[in-house]
Amino acid sequence: MRRHLLEVADLDRADATLVLDTTAQIEQALAGREVKKLPTLRGRTVVNLFFEDSTRTRISFELAAKRLSADVINFSAKGSSVSKGESLKDTALTLEAMGADGIVVRHPASGAPHRLAQWVQGSVVNAGDGTHEHPTQALLDAYTIRQRLGRLDGVRVAIVGDVLHSRVARSNVGLLTTLGAEVTLVAPPTLLPVGVESWPVAVSYDLDAVLPKADVVMMLRVQAERMNASFFPSAREYSRRYGLDGRRMAALTDDAIVMHPGPMNRGMEIAAEVADSPRSTIVAQVGNGVSVRMAVLYLLLGGAPE
Amino acid sequence: MTMSSELPAPPVPPLLSAEDVARVVDRVAHQLIEKAASHLGDLVLVGIPTRGAPLARRLAARIEAFSGTPVDVGTVDITLYRDDLRLRGVRALEDTRLPESGIDGRLVVLVDDVLFSGRSVRAALDALRDLGRPRAVQLAVLVDRGHRELPIRADYVGKNVPTSRTQKVEVHLAEIDGLDEVLLTGGEA
Repeated sequence: MRRHLLEVADLDRADATLVLDTTAQIEQALAGREVKKLPTLRGRTVVNLFFEDSTRTRISFELAAKRLSADVINFSAKGSSVSKGESLKDTALTLEAMGADGIVVRHPASGAPHRLAQWVQGSVVNAGDGTHEHPTQALLDAYTIRQRLGRLDGVRVAIVGDVLHSRVARSNVGLLTTLGAEVTLVAPPTLLPVGVESWPVAVSYDLDAVLPKADVVMMLRVQAERMNASFFPSAREYSRRYGLDGRRMAALTDDAIVMHPGPMNRGMEIAAEVADSPRSTIVAQVGNGVSVRMAVLYLLLGGAPE
Repeated sequence: MTMSSELPAPPVPPLLSAEDVARVVDRVAHQLIEKAASHLGDLVLVGIPTRGAPLARRLAARIEAFSGTPVDVGTVDITLYRDDLRLRGVRALEDTRLPESGIDGRLVVLVDDVLFSGRSVRAALDALRDLGRPRAVQLAVLVDRGHRELPIRADYVGKNVPTSRTQKVEVHLAEIDGLDEVLLTGGEA
């Protein structure tokens, strides 16, 4: 493993498998225990540096670090000296001077974690940067697929929706193909990134044609905050063509699962009856997120500094 | 006095052969039966991975063969409890599995292949504390090679072996290494 986790390209197949196996072992070690805490990172400090709103990812990282007995400092841009105009670099150097062993960073600018990694000694974990990557989300999705289907090699995954703005999609394409899955992107042409034809994926504009051949359907959130141009005519039309409702779910094979990284727009990209169905892994994904992040923090911070 | 030479070292006779290992496991199984006597159902054998795990399973099988009573077996991975994580690189984790009925109020016997510094046992004790509250915890090892760094001793010892710190005790078990034997290699005796 490298010192940082900035993008899924930092993980080759062996590393990614190590993270997933470590996750499984941690879950097993903590299963059914009253004291869900391990002493592994005692005395280490993890800083959650969040320049963008987030509930589940920040809480998930916080819980993961606390379950490994690390000291956790939460830093959000609101109400900090960032709102007084402090730069990312000065913030980083301040945290460095306080002795942070690990920095978990979310930032609206793509590439911010890479810059940060050049300025600090500790390990940097990308918790989402702009429209670039969100590697721990892809790891927890891969873990969830392996848990439900028992394998990743040859699994057919359809990623549906706003691929253009989605760091979740970008990270999942990279990681899932590294692990041997076959990925199909399904989106209106306006929501596919330029250069998608060079990605190791198939592309389709027709959800109904893809669903019967998918083992996994991963719905992406329609990001209202990034809909600053006319990417589609209306929410109703988007929902009709690319939303997953009960009728479409009936076209899936018996074992197929439905995933969503959250937060969901119920009734928009995913119908409530789908989100609450037994096929849905949405709640399991949240639970697995904590274990996956524990594995990542252990593998990055647990050993001897190089 | 040993002379260093360029010649390949002559083959070392094993400290314990396959037959010796089987005999030692049988003896420790008998000792456990004697000690736990009336309440064998209370006993849980917990192996410390890697090689403590198959040893615990073998002990349980022998106890069942001798006494007719099945014994619960588990494993507890101690990697996340080690005090030397910062001195070494991260390692892959191994299985932690405890019997369904848990360890609360029971006699837990930790099983490991070699007792050396005692630090693995301390880590295992820390892990057990998070997993439940046994009535008592004891320790069974295949080889006790001395050089303790902590006030820890074994209750059941397969073989006591005086060693120097520079020597290595290598335990091979059929389940993992294809054959049973214990070797003492390297250093000056």
